[in-house]
Amino acid sequence: MAETCELFDCGHRACGGCGAALVSRLILKATGKDVIIVSATGCMEVFSTPYPETAWKVPWIHSLFENNSAVASGIEAALKKQGRKEKVVAIGGDGSTFDIGMLCLSGAFERGHDFTYICYDNEAYMNTGIQRSGATPYDASTTTSPAGKCSKGNTKQKKDLPQILAAHGAPYVATASIAYPSDVVKKIEKAINTPGPCYVQIHAPCCTGWGFEGEKTLAIGKLAIETGLWVNFEMENGVVTRAKKVVRKPVETYLKEQKRFRHLFKPKVNAEEIAKIQAIADKNAEKYGIDLKLKNKADPVVP
Amino acid sequence: MLEITEGSHAVAKAVKMSRPQVIAAYPITPQTHIVEALADMVADCELDAEYITVESEFSALSACLGASAAGSRTYSATTSQGLALMFEVCFNVSGMRLPVVMTIANRALGAPLSIWNDQQDSIALRDSGWLQFYAEDNQEATDLHYIAYKVAENPEVLLPAFVCFDGFILSHTYEPVDMLSQEDVDRYLPAYKPVQRLDADDPISMGMYATPEYYLEFRYEHDQAMKRARNAINKAGKEFGEMFGRDYSALVEGYRLEDADTAIIAMGSLCGTIKDAIDEMRSAGKKVGLLKIRCFRPFPAEEIRNALSHVKRVAVLDKNVSVGAKGAVAIEVRDALYGKALPVLGYVLGLGGRDVRISDIRNIVSLAESGKGDQFYGLRTEVL
Amino acid sequence: MALGIGCSSRPGKAPNNKTGSWRVFKPKFNHEKCTKCGMCKTICPEGCIEESEDEFFIPNESYCKGCGLCAEECPSDAITMEQEEK
Ligand SMILES: Cc1ncc(C[n+]2csc(CCOP(=O)(O)OP(=O)(O)O)c2C)c(N)n1
Ligand code: SF4
Ligand code: SF4
Ligand code: SF4
Ligand SMILES: [Mg+2]
Repeated sequence: MAETCELFDCGHRACGGCGAALVSRLILKATGKDVIIVSATGCMEVFSTPYPETAWKVPWIHSLFENNSAVASGIEAALKKQGRKEKVVAIGGDGSTFDIGMLCLSGAFERGHDFTYICYDNEAYMNTGIQRSGATPYDASTTTSPAGKCSKGNTKQKKDLPQILAAHGAPYVATASIAYPSDVVKKIEKAINTPGPCYVQIHAPCCTGWGFEGEKTLAIGKLAIETGLWVNFEMENGVVTRAKKVVRKPVETYLKEQKRFRHLFKPKVNAEEIAKIQAIADKNAEKYGIDLKLKNKADPVVP
Repeated sequence: MLEITEGSHAVAKAVKMSRPQVIAAYPITPQTHIVEALADMVADCELDAEYITVESEFSALSACLGASAAGSRTYSATTSQGLALMFEVCFNVSGMRLPVVMTIANRALGAPLSIWNDQQDSIALRDSGWLQFYAEDNQEATDLHYIAYKVAENPEVLLPAFVCFDGFILSHTYEPVDMLSQEDVDRYLPAYKPVQRLDADDPISMGMYATPEYYLEFRYEHDQAMKRARNAINKAGKEFGEMFGRDYSALVEGYRLEDADTAIIAMGSLCGTIKDAIDEMRSAGKKVGLLKIRCFRPFPAEEIRNALSHVKRVAVLDKNVSVGAKGAVAIEVRDALYGKALPVLGYVLGLGGRDVRISDIRNIVSLAESGKGDQFYGLRTEVL
Repeated sequence: MALGIGCSSRPGKAPNNKTGSWRVFKPKFNHEKCTKCGMCKTICPEGCIEESEDEFFIPNESYCKGCGLCAEECPSDAITMEQEEK
């Protein structure tokens, strides 16, 4: 068993195929053991730490749903004073990060603490039963933005949190997806080795909340990128320095795989709404310049 | 050394000499002078601490929680709305058994908005699992910070502590205070040695969640720690007395109580006024005494029972009200005296900075003698 | 056993929870097809895929939840999901 159950232990209680559980593993793969983790309340915290069965083999602390950045600020200050060298990593779900924890997050980034904030983005409040958050995509049906006779699901678009944190002067802001695990690890390594407050937002598909089979977690993540609905990019000192290019697929290929968008296809296809979502993808593609142009069939595409 | 100084500055000096490594606080009247003074000390390199200028009280206490979990001695200060904003974190700090010390410059809670003194803020957090000390004057306010750290960090206790002193009445008042020297404080309060901390060389998970199989036991342990704090306070207070001549070993303190017919119970600066009133009434032949509650958590029920065994009536003065019930101190005193045929009369007074004078104390004693209590005292009925 | 102070605990106890009992399907690894690329081990949300002495990959049955992710992602189709025998 020494081989497996690495720094993130086996025996945790995430749903089978959980994207967030993979995020936990990848984070610790990137940080190694010299780290202090500050988790916010949410699925990851709950599935990994029912007393006394902690899955974390590194120092780990949970306080509340909305204060992980502030707790991390205090830890960072204490380590500085004590002359210690552990890296400080705060982890929050999208609800914790985009919504209720914004105050603490903004404060900590403005003050410039040397820590990395990782948001595992499963696009809703999963732990409390799939309610919408500021990260829930347009038209997704959740338990508080249900599709219905006069509702097409969530009426708002995803908040652009990476831009907000970059505007705080964060030296490194990146998005990643569990569909590309080595990219996740690379970006976290870069973030923890960049002095100052850094942010990594990781797309972490949730089979239970989005409505797909657990075996498809990575495939769904890939489709989000291939349709342009999720963009993997890096920002250094406020400037986008890299974005993953793709040969884009139509958004339907992504949407139709998930129950949260089923109302756009059944009882009949809602072309108007799908066009709106396509427009969101088009805008992303333009903003980040992700479209790979196929010149001619002879040129192989290297994404 | 005797110094004539503003209460807030005396407290700031005591904090400085307690050598916190991390300070996180957010300004709010009437606490501001403390945190400004500490910022000055850090700016002048007189205090070697990380001073985190957080964006809210909520983050202030959260940052202290993190720093304390990482093994540093920490400090914060707040009052009223700021403390209310910390509510959720307060329960967390104590439940995680982190010995954070926080000064409360007591102030009323809105609405209506009021910057003036009462003790509603800290009383509202009486169930939060923090030790609660109340200072009568600035000497006590200063000394109680050393005691608070000593008790909070005692491995038998491991609980956070409020040191409460009345906003403006004490925080902004100049009084002579006998300040200890740094050498004295270092002898009394050695560097903090955490029992456990976040440390990559010895990993631990803190703040896990408890299923119904465990939650009750954790709350029991918390309550047991609070009970053990009683002894720890006795010991820390006695040691302080032996070293510096001011004994804080008792959770309550009597004043001319030995032969009293009427006992007044109060907390904080009000006790000074009450003592003056008692001296006057005594010269007029009235047998009145005071039982000051210095430590409200743990609640000194046994001490109160013992101290009041001979009196005929008890008048409890509350600078707070549990709306729909009574003043919180009156409720708990009555509970402490359960089974004794002793009238306990409660008076809610001084809310939102309403002055309480010597004449008011005399009036209250008369009311108590005629058996009239459980009321708001000092209402301006003409505006009702 | 004394409770951890403030609901704290040392690592090592999560493995007491044998999540293998959740399984309905079970991954079967075909070593003939396996190229030892390690993808399955990287992406298993349980972190329960072990590398054996001969460098083949095998799931730890005590923890494998049978989610099927490894089978779906294996680039060589070396993993198939089979009904768990109970
Ligand atoms: C102050 C507060 N409000 C609400 C909750 C209830 N709550 C716990 S977790 C959660 C949602 C978590 O959502 P997210 O951060 O996205 O993490 P996820 O569960 O989706 O992984 C909510 C609403 C809480 N614990 N604390
Ligand atoms: S609900 Fe979603 S995020 Fe939560 S444990 Fe299950 S799969 Fe993971
Ligand atoms: S993913 Fe498939 S090919 Fe790669 S190591 Fe695992 S079983 Fe072998
Ligand atoms: S089926 Fe799921 S849990 Fe089991 S080994 Fe494969 S990826 Fe891991
Ligand atoms: Mg979420």
